[in-house]
Amino acid sequence: MTTVRIADDALALACGADAVASAFAQAGCMVERVSSWGMHWLEPLVEIDGIGWGPVSVADVPKILPVSRNDGEDLCIGPIAAHPFIARQQRLTFKRAGKTRPLSLDDYEATGGWAGLHRARTLSPAQVIAEVTGSGLRGRGGAGFPTGRKWQTVAEAANPRKYVVCNADEGDSGTFADRMLMEGDPYALIEGMAITAHAVSAQQGYIYVRSEYPHAVARLEAAIALSAAIVAPFRLEVRVGAGAYVCGEETSLLNSLEGRRGEVRAKPPLPAVAGLFGCPTAINNVLTLTALPHILAEGGAEEYARLGIDRSRGTKPIQLAGNIRCGGLFETAFGITLRELVYDIGGGTATGRPVKAVQVGGPLGAYIHPDRFDLPFDYEAFTAADALIGHGGIVVFDDSADMSRQARLAMQFCAAESCGKCTPCRIGAVRGVELIDRIRAGEDAPAIARSRREDLVLLEDLCETMRSGSLCALGGFAPFPVLSALRHWPEDFA
Amino acid sequence: MSRAQRLAGIIAAHNGREGPLLPILHAVQAAFGCIDREAEAEIARALNLSRAEVHGVVSFYHDFRQSADPRPEVQLCRAEACQARGAEALVPAAEAAAGERVRLTVVHCLGLCSVGPNARVGDDLFARLDEVGLVRLIGAA
Repeated sequence: MTTVRIADDALALACGADAVASAFAQAGCMVERVSSWGMHWLEPLVEIDGIGWGPVSVADVPKILPVSRNDGEDLCIGPIAAHPFIARQQRLTFKRAGKTRPLSLDDYEATGGWAGLHRARTLSPAQVIAEVTGSGLRGRGGAGFPTGRKWQTVAEAANPRKYVVCNADEGDSGTFADRMLMEGDPYALIEGMAITAHAVSAQQGYIYVRSEYPHAVARLEAAIALSAAIVAPFRLEVRVGAGAYVCGEETSLLNSLEGRRGEVRAKPPLPAVAGLFGCPTAINNVLTLTALPHILAEGGAEEYARLGIDRSRGTKPIQLAGNIRCGGLFETAFGITLRELVYDIGGGTATGRPVKAVQVGGPLGAYIHPDRFDLPFDYEAFTAADALIGHGGIVVFDDSADMSRQARLAMQFCAAESCGKCTPCRIGAVRGVELIDRIRAGEDAPAIARSRREDLVLLEDLCETMRSGSLCALGGFAPFPVLSALRHWPEDFA
Repeated sequence: MSRAQRLAGIIAAHNGREGPLLPILHAVQAAFGCIDREAEAEIARALNLSRAEVHGVVSFYHDFRQSADPRPEVQLCRAEACQARGAEALVPAAEAAAGERVRLTVVHCLGLCSVGPNARVGDDLFARLDEVGLVRLIGAA
């Protein structure tokens, strides 16, 4: 019987994978639902004996079957693993993508699952922390803080009640790596959290998932139930957010977990000292935690540290999104340039028009002009260029984009999502929208005793206040898209 | 079972967990379509909070509603990635199709940023929407 493999993550489902799977089942095939390879422009992607077809609709099924007839040639991409989009990657965190059934414990073990945890448990917590520090792993959520150092603080804290919290509030537009891991390889996240719990001596873990990800929530809950005995005595629970973007900020997330308004907390104290319910808490992003099983496996830390450039070690799952021809998940060592990502790998825009800008790092990330596409993916290089890597999402815009409109969107988003605790963000974002509206209106703006030039100076000044005076990254980073749009596309503000 | 009994049952099912408020609010909204004044007061009593504290949480989060809206809801993503793929151009037709019958709301990112424009109805997701597809989706909601 022909075995057909089709992804069942949220993206494949949104592209109609269930109907395609049913059609293959009705045609007498054995259908296996697996994780997604991450070649999103080809979803629903159908795999038979390693050969791929995509994007497949129900009407295409009779063309593909029987495979020997070779009728579906126009959709056939040949051996999936050899496809340039996959072959060029270095997949460590996403090593199972497309290859395993997400909830199958057999598949997970057969592909090296739990090896990192079993080995970590033979080591002392201090040894585990030393290995993670040695790997050079830094927080993949955006801030890039060294994971080992964060854990050290938690481990040293005196309070015996400690927590591990996974930040799965992946709210940035242009990012989906967390979602893909939770839906496609949930045991890897669970294993990473169990390793963390061992390293910092925590008993309880929480995964805080945004409510926009119902499939990820269901998948994680099922995976936690199936693997409870393996990670015991560590206990895990999923908690669902309630549509607040700011809860991706770690202290706001902790407040939300406690059942409070998702307001940001002033730091210090750091969550590592006084986090969830005032207890020492290791709070890490999905990608950070899922990198751990590889790092703790035999020789993993050394391999990880060998990859990357400068202080950005290991691999980064990059998400190619927006107006891009070949969008999807691309994991590679740090150091790759935007030019390679956007043109060589992504194939330029989906509309076929010239690329005008890319936004890296979510709605609070800078817009980057094609003139600067030689920028390497590296935390420090991006910081030096007034940009941020954030969670590694790249959103491509073609030449129809109006950058003053995008600048306004950033301020409007900040105003809508501000938790309200600090003034620069709460008031500044509202004033920012008003100012950009005035600038965009040009001569039609209501006459007040302020010239256009003065409006522009005021906007820069406001951005500076927000950047230096806000409590967290929401208000602090909202100026990035605004100022970058203003600097590189001044004609759009004319 | 009366409304009060159902509410008490929901609270009892979660009370005793760490940080029970958000799970309770999600469950109450799923059961009753909203979290109204009476529910806030009852939850506050059970958790030994003031109603102001519970109301502060309910009003903070976009997901929670204080009055029920029986209309079907269609969420359209209008975040950057979907905008870059043409989501804004669909809005006039979507609004016209929704009219007063369907609650057309904005969602900021469904995590399908490479295949937008995207929409969500309940737990079902829809990608690569064009005007025809979105209007049909709203019509069927």
